[in-house]
Amino acid sequence: MKRFLAFVQKEVYHILRDKRTLLILFGMPVVMILLFGYAITTEIRDAKIAILDHARDENTQQLKDKILASTYFLLTKELNNEQEIAEVFKDGKTKVVVVFEPNFGKKLQTESSANVQLIADASDPNTANTLVNYLQAIVADYMMEINQNANIPYQISMESRMWYNPELKGVYYFVPGLIAILLMLISAMMTSISIAREKELGTMEVLLTSPMRSGQIIIAKVVPYVILSLVDAVIILLLGKYVFEVPILGSLPLLFMEVLIFILLALSLGILISTVAATQQTALLLSLMALMLPTILLSGFIFPIENMPPPLRVMSNIIPARWFIVIVKSIMLKGSGLDILWQETVILCGFILFFIALSIKKFKIRLE
Amino acid sequence: MHAITVKDLHKNYGEVEALKGINLTVEEGEIFGLIGPDGAGKTSLIRILTSLLFASSGESSVLGLDPAKDHKKLRSVIGYMPGRFSLYQDLTVEENLTLFASLFETTIEENYHLIKDIYGQIEPFKTRRAGALSGGMKQKLALSCAMIHKPEILFLDEPTTGVDPVSRKEFWEMLRKLNDEGLTIFVSTPYMDEANQCNRIALIQEGQIMGVDTPEHITNQFDRPLYAISGTNKFGMMQALKEFEHAHSVFSFGSVIHYSDNRGSIATKEIKDFLQKQGFEDCSIEETQPGIEDTFMALMTAHD
Repeated sequence: MKRFLAFVQKEVYHILRDKRTLLILFGMPVVMILLFGYAITTEIRDAKIAILDHARDENTQQLKDKILASTYFLLTKELNNEQEIAEVFKDGKTKVVVVFEPNFGKKLQTESSANVQLIADASDPNTANTLVNYLQAIVADYMMEINQNANIPYQISMESRMWYNPELKGVYYFVPGLIAILLMLISAMMTSISIAREKELGTMEVLLTSPMRSGQIIIAKVVPYVILSLVDAVIILLLGKYVFEVPILGSLPLLFMEVLIFILLALSLGILISTVAATQQTALLLSLMALMLPTILLSGFIFPIENMPPPLRVMSNIIPARWFIVIVKSIMLKGSGLDILWQETVILCGFILFFIALSIKKFKIRLE
Repeated sequence: MHAITVKDLHKNYGEVEALKGINLTVEEGEIFGLIGPDGAGKTSLIRILTSLLFASSGESSVLGLDPAKDHKKLRSVIGYMPGRFSLYQDLTVEENLTLFASLFETTIEENYHLIKDIYGQIEPFKTRRAGALSGGMKQKLALSCAMIHKPEILFLDEPTTGVDPVSRKEFWEMLRKLNDEGLTIFVSTPYMDEANQCNRIALIQEGQIMGVDTPEHITNQFDRPLYAISGTNKFGMMQALKEFEHAHSVFSFGSVIHYSDNRGSIATKEIKDFLQKQGFEDCSIEETQPGIEDTFMALMTAHD
């Protein structure tokens, strides 16, 4: 036991004395959550639009006012002819051009139908889509308004409510994903690097010739990282709750239990990587390629799994973070309990057993 | 009982044959030197004996234990100092030593007497990080760490490579002292001049042992008179001598050339005349005592 503690202490010294490690450990979570929370957002606000109004009558004025009254759109320019459409798109700032046909109001009254054309800059397809949807909704709304007095036999009015995230805040979505990514980064990458460092600097050679068992070496190496990862998880949760007001509706002990399970999973992955990587650089690259990219791209963190092509959808099942993100989201935003999440939890535990068994098989008590 | 016995040991790294049938025995209480150039197989042999590598075939035993099977028992009774400095550079001198003491479940105080002479010299710097030590001090710390658990046999892989001459001398004095107290030491080195510090040496070349004996006997194997030739154009003279019809061996040795003749003893004048005829006016020649290098070079040539 004394031997074990001495080894843990040594590991703590390594971490505390390396400024870069410390920066990654504590700077990264804060920077990442602030970045994702403030800067990288999918919400639409003050999107720039231009209007080409051939009619300039009462109806188009009303509709324009309605569009610009929302917080979503900001008018950059009133255009005078079609040639200017291409020009405003080219400078890159304007995302949509709204075109009203000539005699818009007159046609509306005499023919009960008039045309609005929406031209969007689809070089950014997601934004273009969202903006067009918003505009369609506003036009539909206006239609309802002017139809109020008219006699239309059938009418379906829609009213939607967004549960669990009524304001559709992006940060609700990012916090669970960020916990997964950061824990993966810290637990898996840092342990694999720290074990690879012992190999690279030759200290593993001396450790192996000591009576300390390889299992003890590994456990002693990961203990500090378990604690640090937990601290990081707390930092993210606190920032999420107090800076971005992401609620935690479910049970806190359950949340921490799941976080701990995921940390152990990430650590077992880190150990697995370190059994094949001989240098710190290989460990770093392997962690980034094999863990970080799939975690970011295939876990449903950024790209919805439902939208992926079938082969990738199948692949996402073997990405541990995919299950963890479901768990964290459900606990935090919906207040779900273990009775609902047991399946995902069992899957995570299965991953741990698999990776640990594989690492034990691969770990070498010799140099070859 | 022998401290180490090695029988017909082979080690292959894929296609490369690093050890080609090594046989040797090391007695308890001796300093055994493994002398050979880089790439001769010294590190491979030491790593097999310290249970860090499996041999491809052959038998070995250290203190009666098989490194391949009894590695758990073996690892607590051997001390090992790898060729590269393998301590934690970001820990202080004292922290490193404490760590290694703890790994073997002992304390610095308990075994301080073992390392007093060595550690005493670096103790004034015990709060300094190991990475900031000089080469000589690093060696002393590494030796202290390898000795702190009172091993019965000490393996040192090129302990003096990259260390200044004064520290090298000191280091060997420390080894002698440890040996005086009964410790068996197995040390490898590429420096021939360190061979004389050992009780017995093995010359190793390309994975084969070319001779095992005391340094004196190894030297005596060189049975021809040896001549040291010096002059301004050393390289030119070597080229010329290699063309000389009676030349047996021509080797560069520091600032001089070591020459032996295939007729045994000869008149130095003959050589001098030959060289002067070739245009090397200012040369001198005299008989000299062969050293281990000469034997080594001779054995190597004979082997080729």
